[in-house]
Amino acid sequence: MNRTIASFSLPLLTALALSGCMTPPTDLNVALKRSTEQGKYVVTLQPPAAAPAINQIHSWQVLVASPAGAPVSQARIAVDGGMPQHGHGLPTQPLIRRELADGTYLLEGMKFSMTGWWEIKLALQTPQGPDKVTFNVVVDNPATKR
Amino acid sequence: MNSRINSLAASVATLLLAATAVAVISVAGGSPAHAGPAAADPWSAGELRTIASMNMGKLAPAPVDPSNSVEHLPAARALGKRLFNDTRFSSNGAVSCASCHSPDQQFQDGLPVGKGVGLGSRRAMPIVGAGHSPWMFWDGRKDSAWSQALGPMEDAVEHGGNRTRFARLLATHYRAEYEALFGKLPDLSALPPDAGPNGNATEQSAWSALPAARRTDVSRVFANMGKAIAAFEKTLAYGPAPFDRYADAVAAKDPAARGMLNAREIEGLRLFIGKGQCVTCHNGPLLTDQSFHNTGVPQRDPRRPDRGRAAALAKVKADEFNCLGPFSDAKPEACQELAFMVTDPAGLEAAFKTPSLRNVALRPPYMHAGQFATLEQVVAHYARSPAATVGHSELAHGAGAHKERKPIQLSEREIKDVAAFLGTLNGAIVERAGR
Repeated sequence: MNRTIASFSLPLLTALALSGCMTPPTDLNVALKRSTEQGKYVVTLQPPAAAPAINQIHSWQVLVASPAGAPVSQARIAVDGGMPQHGHGLPTQPLIRRELADGTYLLEGMKFSMTGWWEIKLALQTPQGPDKVTFNVVVDNPATKR
Repeated sequence: MNSRINSLAASVATLLLAATAVAVISVAGGSPAHAGPAAADPWSAGELRTIASMNMGKLAPAPVDPSNSVEHLPAARALGKRLFNDTRFSSNGAVSCASCHSPDQQFQDGLPVGKGVGLGSRRAMPIVGAGHSPWMFWDGRKDSAWSQALGPMEDAVEHGGNRTRFARLLATHYRAEYEALFGKLPDLSALPPDAGPNGNATEQSAWSALPAARRTDVSRVFANMGKAIAAFEKTLAYGPAPFDRYADAVAAKDPAARGMLNAREIEGLRLFIGKGQCVTCHNGPLLTDQSFHNTGVPQRDPRRPDRGRAAALAKVKADEFNCLGPFSDAKPEACQELAFMVTDPAGLEAAFKTPSLRNVALRPPYMHAGQFATLEQVVAHYARSPAATVGHSELAHGAGAHKERKPIQLSEREIKDVAAFLGTLNGAIVERAGR
């Protein structure tokens, strides 16, 4: 699990080392567990077990909990995002349509069309009220042949 | 005396070495990371990873198209190749797929816009490697190669035909080959000579007059034609280019790499993956992210703006030949691209598909309506980054709409260098039996 998260994490930013718009900011928060903007929820983004190839449609899981750690059920979550340095949005419209277990949701239809810094923005609507969170994911060149 | 000649020779040798070192540093742009003796590896670790990601050797086989159950069959490829070249499948008997996608001309026609029975509004795309793309055409209005093949056949300015006419032609000239693949042809004898939903008023009214079951029969034959053509098209692939041999050599730290590309081409590659920002969209072994972008390309006809992807969203969803349609061989859950398609046109006004740059130097003119005659003009366009007249360009220009994106700044010489690098992407086109 740590190995696969490493594909998206900060240490590999130094390996990118490309000039111009290709280098993400060095102070980028790439944590996959974050509080929402108004502090209502703690959201964890779980990448797939096998790092997807570029342009391969794949799924993540989203865990929604209260600040105390209790799973939050029946959330409706809208997904948006894009590459801030390139001025374009996501190449697909990912959807969260299924709650797999209490507070665990399936995020389907994710696709990265290139390496670099991506934002994944989640807008949550739950019985406890709406809130938002943005995750930063830095996609690196896969090491293996795809 | 010998010692004086030797020391003179040594001084000359030192001068020559210094001159060479200076030349190498200036080629490398003089940045601290690249200064140093000529023997040093000119690429950083990050650049090496990017170069490796563009190597043709990294290209996975084209994905299986679940909606086309015959795409891997040799008989389908053979039938498809014959149909691809058959000019009878047009209203004037003179237009085949090969008319605009000429096998002798990189499977395109070298014209700004396609010329079939009439004049089109967009550039013929080179179909090699199209199996790697989830969306076909500059605007992605078709979601498979077989569905794409059917579009021009019923387009009034391309083949100008209709599916009923085509079904009869198949029955007349290709009955045995068709039936071996798709089973018995329906009885077409009582059908009108010309009828189709995309034809002129007469053809459309002849089509609506047919019972639904007959229309489905004819549409199925038409769909099967497309599937055979797509099976043939999927056999076409790009062979390795000088860039790929260079990429192999630098990955292996082979000193012979230095002789494979010249200094201009290497500098062009550095700019392509660096401050030229080209690789942000032209990435991977085919040098495309297979996505849609607005980069402010000038409209061919400002009086009739081309909205690109934005206008295609409804078309692909409504296409009877899409992955979810009745003629698709795919289970609905396999139609992921369609299920998760971006449906909000806001960011897609005048956005067009990033084309592959393989063999690009061999097929001017460039952009969706052939707006630029040379690669230097293309690169100069990016260096200018003009505002879009329809929609919004993703590129930064002037003050920049996106504060995180830097403007692309390239000198005249750097523009030429990028064009020189693009010339290293030329390989053979290979027709092969495997995927």
